[in-house]
Amino acid sequence: MEILSLLGDGMLLALQPLNLMLIIVGVTIGLFIGAMPGLGSVNGVAILLPITFLVPPSGAIIFLAAIYYGAMYGGAISSITLGIPGASTAVATTFDGRPLARQGRASLALVTAAIASFIGGTVANVFFTAFAPLLASVALSFGPPEIFALMLLAFATFVGLGGDDIPKTIFSICFGLVLGAIGFDQISGAPRLVLFDINGFLQGIGFLVLAIGVYGIGEMLWTIEQSRGDVESTTPKMTMKGMAADTAESMRRGWKGTAIGSILGFFVGILPAAGATPASLMSYGVAKMVSRNPKDYGRGNPDGVAAPEAANNSASTGSMLPMLTLGIPGSPTTAILLGGMVIWGLVPGPMLFVNETEFVWGLIGSFYISNIAAVLINLAFIPVFIWMLRMPFTILAPMIFVLSIAGGFAATRDMFDIWLIVIFGLGAFVLRRFDYPLAPAVLAIVLGPIAEPTLRQSLLLSSGDPSIFFTRPVAGPITVVALILILLPLLKLLRRGKAAEGAGRPS
Amino acid sequence: MRKGEIVTAGVLALFSIYLMWKSTELPIGYVSGRGPGGGAWPFWLSAIMLACCGMIAWNWWRRTSPPSQSDEPFLDAYGWRMVIFVGGGVIVFVALIEVISMYGAIAVFLFYYLRFLGRHGWGLSLGLSLATPILFFFFFEGAMQITMPTGLSFTDPVFDILYEIIY
Amino acid sequence: MSFTKGGVFKAACAALIVLSPLPAVAQDWEPRRPIDFTIMAGAGGGADQIARFLQSVAERYDLTNRPLVPTNRGGGSGAEALLHVNSASDPDHTILVTLNSFFTTPIRQDNLGIDIQTFTPVAMMGVDPFVLWVHVDSGITSLDQWLETVRGMNGDYVMGGTGTGQEDSIVIAYMSDAFDISVNYIPYDGGGAVARDLAGQQIMATVNNPAEAKGFYEAGQFVPLVAFSDERLPAYPDVPTMIEMGHDFSYYNQRAVVGAPGMSDEAAAYYQDVFTQIYESDEWQAYLESESLSPLWMDAEQQRAYWATQVETHRALLAALGE
Repeated sequence: MEILSLLGDGMLLALQPLNLMLIIVGVTIGLFIGAMPGLGSVNGVAILLPITFLVPPSGAIIFLAAIYYGAMYGGAISSITLGIPGASTAVATTFDGRPLARQGRASLALVTAAIASFIGGTVANVFFTAFAPLLASVALSFGPPEIFALMLLAFATFVGLGGDDIPKTIFSICFGLVLGAIGFDQISGAPRLVLFDINGFLQGIGFLVLAIGVYGIGEMLWTIEQSRGDVESTTPKMTMKGMAADTAESMRRGWKGTAIGSILGFFVGILPAAGATPASLMSYGVAKMVSRNPKDYGRGNPDGVAAPEAANNSASTGSMLPMLTLGIPGSPTTAILLGGMVIWGLVPGPMLFVNETEFVWGLIGSFYISNIAAVLINLAFIPVFIWMLRMPFTILAPMIFVLSIAGGFAATRDMFDIWLIVIFGLGAFVLRRFDYPLAPAVLAIVLGPIAEPTLRQSLLLSSGDPSIFFTRPVAGPITVVALILILLPLLKLLRRGKAAEGAGRPS
Repeated sequence: MRKGEIVTAGVLALFSIYLMWKSTELPIGYVSGRGPGGGAWPFWLSAIMLACCGMIAWNWWRRTSPPSQSDEPFLDAYGWRMVIFVGGGVIVFVALIEVISMYGAIAVFLFYYLRFLGRHGWGLSLGLSLATPILFFFFFEGAMQITMPTGLSFTDPVFDILYEIIY
Repeated sequence: MSFTKGGVFKAACAALIVLSPLPAVAQDWEPRRPIDFTIMAGAGGGADQIARFLQSVAERYDLTNRPLVPTNRGGGSGAEALLHVNSASDPDHTILVTLNSFFTTPIRQDNLGIDIQTFTPVAMMGVDPFVLWVHVDSGITSLDQWLETVRGMNGDYVMGGTGTGQEDSIVIAYMSDAFDISVNYIPYDGGGAVARDLAGQQIMATVNNPAEAKGFYEAGQFVPLVAFSDERLPAYPDVPTMIEMGHDFSYYNQRAVVGAPGMSDEAAAYYQDVFTQIYESDEWQAYLESESLSPLWMDAEQQRAYWATQVETHRALLAALGE
């Protein structure tokens, strides 16, 4: 097996003492960058780039992979401990991670996230090693209609995510989608929805602005108001025994979600433009759908942490595939990596696998090693994060506000966005009081800007004929499945509503 | 809560109408042979939002949603105080960023929250509110190379010295 | 429609020779804080790649005593970046990496209130030519064959690009006019996505910079048909230019660095010196060659004159587009 020997060489390279040290340092830095709300792997990779001239390329790649992996693991940490998803890929992790932390089981959630991430990453690496060139051609067969069909499928999983109040859930979804449309219309190139003619809206509203507003400010205010300002810390101390028990429990209660997330995540992740956010969301939805007790989801089910975490790690590895095999970045992080490759004098593109085997396999080999290092380092740091949660709430709360504002600025570099964060935060607090679910809006602002342009590109391709979504061999089946998934629960609801009304008692 | 529910729905309905009106700056119809126009996506989604507000009002009238049944106030006196002190604190914090820099604002906000809302001791409050911005400075500017707002020009001498230290 | 830069180019070469021993002006101004290095495009595009390359070279030779902090502000075809730099509170520490939206965006949105002549010229790092690409499976190898195919499809020929009013759409609009053809143009959000969908044959042809199509060209998937440059590109010696075919049209994307309006002369001189050194570095010269960029060195006065002519040309081109 030629592939195995190439991979072996790559791993050996990563295991040299200096490189191993780079991995450990890189993963640790990445973990903390990823855990900061607002910062993610893109920041870690961007600061590294200029210094790649100073170290040999092989060391640079390894350091890069380590930061990338560390940051992927770190995303779950702020979702679980602070309740703020630091990246769009970690939104679904809050659904069950946050309730677990509230119940004093933050350690279980963190352990589950770490283990699921590890398995997701490993599964993706194996797929990657075995089928990279084949999968690249699959990725290329996804044009705009296929991506739009996939987005429909992601929206289908929304239906189960909202609260009990249907109009408020639909309102939230549409609100997120409209916010995502602010800025410029990609198709006509014209400014659109520049609210109150303020130029600041020209740049659009980013996911992080809404997410930090809703979770970092809105949820915090709500918690403070509900708890009368002082949340009793119920988080128990971490012990080795407790951690072992958590590990066993997370394996027992989270294996299904991990399996779903690992596989689904990879395949969604390799598709251009889709990426890790729809992957984690769809995995959560599927895990809930196939579960025997879907009611547990959203109330602290380890499966609900495992599925999105396995998926986003798996998808992030998968998103390296279009970059390495085609030279096309699937995310801002891979875009910057691509820039790095140009600086090293490599030509990104289909020939990279052929011409630069040492580079490619060195990178893939360091994925394997970084993944192992990341899970170990992450587990080792869990007691630190738990200790943070045990701080008095009157210290933790202002720290979260400060992290939200400073992290928000670091992500957007714009005071206008900071004011938007505050406005969204106050608005979210009011809406939260009246039972409006806000997670759908936060996810819709990510998916909307993918869904709308692909919808309109598809219709341009077909000269305005919507049958394009049904007649293309790949798009057709996905669209049909998505429509069934969207319509079924609605029909069921309507029927139940009729039955309830017929019995003369409003539900 | 009952009054708040319908007021909120009303405000959101007005906002939806504003969004619909704003969307009409671009074509909202189906352009023959080219698919929907640039304004169609936000226009029709805002229309759905408006319809949802209508349904929320209908549920309010029928008293089927929990907030429309509840008689408790939107916020009690304690809740109002909390929101004004904390929410107001955050607003002042953000306003201060443009005056006394991100780090200065962090220090003032933390001290205010810890000492006056959290009722922690002077030592802890002062220590944390000074240590945090210093730590943040080295993390953001030194390690991450992210430049935070430095406020009005009177802070310049301080930052000149700080930048001299880290670069 | 004349769009040549030949004259300016020759003058620029002469200027370069004169400039070569660096002007050893004593630098008494130095930045006191991190330099805001705004990029007029999102992460991952050609402009972003170039900005990060420039930053790396500056870092490697330790050319600035404060770091260049790259920030992507690609929103609104660069409107976000222009507004940010235009109202920079500290113009001595704010510079911008530009592309042609530096000219087109203020024309297309005059409500922004941007006058690019108030910006401070720093350096023209090079210009990026455009090439017409098709997929190898289409079997098309020449422009004539291509024109025949496009005409045969009666407007159903699908081309991808980065959006109406963007650089590639200007070139496509020119061709539509010059050859009396019509195509179905699909806007994407970046050159990378366009190249991907050409590789996957979702679209049939694109007009793209060599840098973004090079990988696929080397893999034998993309076929270049015609270059919109003044002379044949050294990396693609067999590809004819539009000018050779009797159409006086060439079009480049500028890769220039400009300073914020109101930058002091001392600061401008400092940055001009820094970017001259970067320009002359082996790394940048190698980059120009490998990515098929053309050198177009100009001093500050020439850059201002160049801006003025570019604004006029783009006004005409955009008017022809119906904008």
